[in-house]
Amino acid sequence: MRIGTLKQSYIADAALFDSRTQKTWLALGAALLLLFPFMASDYWLYLACLVAINVASATGLNILTGYTGLVSLGQAAFMGLGAYTVAIMQTRLGTPFLLNLAAGGVVAMLGGLVVGIPSLRVKGLYLAIATIAASFITHFLFANLKLTGGTSGLSLPPAQLFGVALDTSFRLYWVILPVTLLMVLGAANLFRTRIGRAFIAIRDRDISAEVLGIPLLRYKLLSFGLSSFYAGVAGGLWAYFFRVVTPESFPLLMSIFFLAAIIVGGMGTILGGILGAVFMTMVPELLKLVFDLLPGGTEATVFLSPVRTVVFGLLIVGFLVFEPHGLAEVWRRIRRFFHLWPFKT
Amino acid sequence: MMDWAYLFEIALNGVASGGLYALAALAFVLVYKATRVVNIAIGEMLMIGAYLFFAFAASFSLPIWLAVLGAVLGTGLLGAVVERTMIRPLLGEPPISVFMVTVGLASILVGLVEIVWTADQRRLPEFLPKTPVMIGDAFLAPKVAYGALVALVLIVLVLLVFRFWRGGVALRATASDQAAAYSMGINVPRVFSLAWVASAMIAAVAGIIVGSIGGISSSMGVFGLSVLVVVIVGGLDSVLGALVGGVFIGLVEALAGSYLGGEYKLLATFVVLVVVLMIRPYGLFGTHEIERL
Repeated sequence: MRIGTLKQSYIADAALFDSRTQKTWLALGAALLLLFPFMASDYWLYLACLVAINVASATGLNILTGYTGLVSLGQAAFMGLGAYTVAIMQTRLGTPFLLNLAAGGVVAMLGGLVVGIPSLRVKGLYLAIATIAASFITHFLFANLKLTGGTSGLSLPPAQLFGVALDTSFRLYWVILPVTLLMVLGAANLFRTRIGRAFIAIRDRDISAEVLGIPLLRYKLLSFGLSSFYAGVAGGLWAYFFRVVTPESFPLLMSIFFLAAIIVGGMGTILGGILGAVFMTMVPELLKLVFDLLPGGTEATVFLSPVRTVVFGLLIVGFLVFEPHGLAEVWRRIRRFFHLWPFKT
Repeated sequence: MMDWAYLFEIALNGVASGGLYALAALAFVLVYKATRVVNIAIGEMLMIGAYLFFAFAASFSLPIWLAVLGAVLGTGLLGAVVERTMIRPLLGEPPISVFMVTVGLASILVGLVEIVWTADQRRLPEFLPKTPVMIGDAFLAPKVAYGALVALVLIVLVLLVFRFWRGGVALRATASDQAAAYSMGINVPRVFSLAWVASAMIAAVAGIIVGSIGGISSSMGVFGLSVLVVVIVGGLDSVLGALVGGVFIGLVEALAGSYLGGEYKLLATFVVLVVVLMIRPYGLFGTHEIERL
């Protein structure tokens, strides 16, 4: 049981991780992440990389939708911008890996700023649908520009970092995971600053925020820019991970996936973005495992894809109806139970 | 030199297919006006209507009129179930939540259709007349022409019903002021159900026509994206906007499709969408909501 919050300074009050228990668990988690690649099989490493990429992108969307309240269905388009930038720079210019990644983020950010311009006049669901336009326009550009290799897309060689070719999931894990952790940490810290608090004020009531002296256009654009920077970097990692980028790689469904991830995880919490992305990436794989166990073999696998589609929809609906604050709230409830134990909540 | 006859023919085809957009957009606006729910699953409800019709007409080989009736009633039932299980529990939640619920619904419906009927493309039994329609010198594919005709008749019918029928009046009253409607003794929750059922039924008819023109498949819901553009361009809560927007988007798609090429169709509609949103953020005929602190 934990009694009281005995903080004596503002720094302690604003700290990201405040209790010793939390720090212990974090250290354990970090150790697990470090040991994981040595214990897991290739398949699980592949999944871990995919999860990490999705966590980065979902965290970006969480900044925009969860914290600033601007619903976007364009996250996949921004990831596409990042991925294509990385692919083009890698194949045409041969610039180093980290530079490409940063450039992918910056190009996606510029795209995000352009898409964000209507956000001052257009609100709510009108905005959500305007961002669908972004995903169709980028898809069209990817499929029809000469630079992007048309419908067959681009394939790129493995990334080189310090003379090591990152060609296996094991090697990529050591790059993708730190980048993702850095970005998540950045997002968590963002909401301890003026900018982050301004985002939250805009989400809660944008007119009030403006009255309080927050320039709406600048901050909404900033939110769009940051969110699509995250998406761009995630897209760049995606490009290096799959090593082939086509216009079909970033469909509207992917944007819906990220929106679903932050809803299932819990909008407006950093933990929610992480949990949601992990959960939504793992569920289809778990379904596959369940299907492998089913008798009937190949006959049952025909139904795998539609069942995944149904489960995806059911998860969105189920969470919104029964657990609107998502997995993060479930997590908090569990934590509270242990904090107050042996007393009942 | 422009070929005016060709242009006329294309425009005519565009307007005719715009009729279907207008019909589907009407189904959308009905729900939005009454319940303030953006139903992104409208394309999937169309699809369910078409597949139910396919099941009744092709698999059970019922007569066409009975199959249409069955499909409409079945989809109406679906609308009622959806309203009861997914939309009503979320009353008063932020619009994003309700919007995402319909996204989830769309996914569920697509998955169910793929489980029952697989993802393959199928053809609906032919029931529209096959004689080509000539207007002046312009040729109009019979399916498109009769489809537009059915859509037009149905739109007029729906408008009349909601003008004069008691339930329709209740619906319009709820749309204009929910609290006032409540205090005048209108059963608002029942109006919500009514709106969803009516919308699903209209969507079913639209789906049957769309399916008989282009065949049905589990990706038919893409039609819903164009409908979404139609209602945003017209204004989410405007019936007139839905009709004008439908014809307008139909025209744009037909012109872009034949002068620029098929891949420009969706691009053109979405560019139109962005332009309209920049000039009129609430659509051409939508109500401009004034926000106060």
